[in-house]
Amino acid sequence: MRLTAENLSARRGEDLIFKDVSFCLEGGQSLVLTGKNGSGKSTLLRTVAGLLRPDGGRVIWEQEGAEAGMRAAEACHYLGHRNAMKAELTVSENLSFWRDFLGDFNGNAGIGIGEAAEAVGLGGITHLPFGYLSAGQQRRMAFAKLLVAWRPVWILDEPTAALDVSAESVFTALIKQHLASGGIVLAATHQPLGLENAQELRMTGFAGAMEDMW
Amino acid sequence: MTALLLRDLKLSVRAGGGALIGVLFFMTVVAVIPFGVGPDLNLLSRIGPAIVWIGALLSALLGLDRMFQTDREDGSLDLILMQEHPLALTVLVKCLAHWLGNGLPLVIASPLLGLFMNMSEAAIGATMLTLLVGTPALTFIGAVGAAVAVALPRGGLLVSILVLPLAIPVLIFGVSASYAAVEDPAPFMPPFLILVAITMFFAVIGPIGAALALRNTAD
Repeated sequence: MRLTAENLSARRGEDLIFKDVSFCLEGGQSLVLTGKNGSGKSTLLRTVAGLLRPDGGRVIWEQEGAEAGMRAAEACHYLGHRNAMKAELTVSENLSFWRDFLGDFNGNAGIGIGEAAEAVGLGGITHLPFGYLSAGQQRRMAFAKLLVAWRPVWILDEPTAALDVSAESVFTALIKQHLASGGIVLAATHQPLGLENAQELRMTGFAGAMEDMW
Repeated sequence: MTALLLRDLKLSVRAGGGALIGVLFFMTVVAVIPFGVGPDLNLLSRIGPAIVWIGALLSALLGLDRMFQTDREDGSLDLILMQEHPLALTVLVKCLAHWLGNGLPLVIASPLLGLFMNMSEAAIGATMLTLLVGTPALTFIGAVGAAVAVALPRGGLLVSILVLPLAIPVLIFGVSASYAAVEDPAPFMPPFLILVAITMFFAVIGPIGAALALRNTAD
């Protein structure tokens, strides 16, 4: 299992956000993106998730048994700033939708909905509409979405925003568990996640500054 | 895919869903016509099918812009785009759910509005049948407009303007088939079959076009 990015560069409009970013992650490894606001962390994560077309370079996913030329995005979970949950539906309806829609990956199924809600510390409130939950609870439930359908790569954009200290430790534990089971984690964060052996990529961001080179 | 269909159907009937709003708008448009035109029953029954069709077209346009926008606003669209399901198929399922939630209620409400317009049984039946066949085409055409305008704030009016020229043939053949059912010399089948053909044509083109537009919405 390997996620490789080769010489990625991306633009937003005319501005070059980053250029020639390369990394290679094997199963069990993690990469933490740091840098100030606007340095291109989210852009890089969205590029890896296939939601933004890179200006140059490519993202490759290799796995035994996987068909060649498969899009890397299919192996990824993406947790962005928005939670991708419907406020009108109950938590369990939301989670069971994502569980059915995302399906299992390479024969690996996710865990049950109740179990996932327990894992993020919110068991017993899955019958409530998602819109009734507080911002922190919503974030936790959005994280539970990563558990109900299994994907080897987790792409997390500011996963601990709006969370209290105990939730941060819950998230860190879940991320560690995912890494221990051979997963890959890419995270952009301001708070240290407390991961050992995490590679760090410091995004400097040079919006507009590189234009002279072109 | 069934999960997506069920979720979108649930959303369309829950609070804030478009199903009821579309029907209410449809009823409002058609119900004010007799007051505006006056109590001339012959005139009302003559313009009835056209008015019901125009009302249905306008109400169908009303809910279109929300088709992908709600999913984009809460981030679901990102996850939908990342999956291995062919995107055109996903869009087709979303169109079906949208039609079941927004189009079918219009078809069901149309006989009642036909009574408002003093239409004969045959005219009511024909209008309902043509609406049943024609409104899916409006949804498929609308999906392209909704996908193009998904990233624009307040893109609702833009969607209507983009979609309207393509929806005109649906209106023309829908109305002419409804008239043909009650007016003797005109045959019913040719316009009706063209309407069926338009729907099937856009059932193929619409989801593919919408999928292309969604893929290229970089943000």
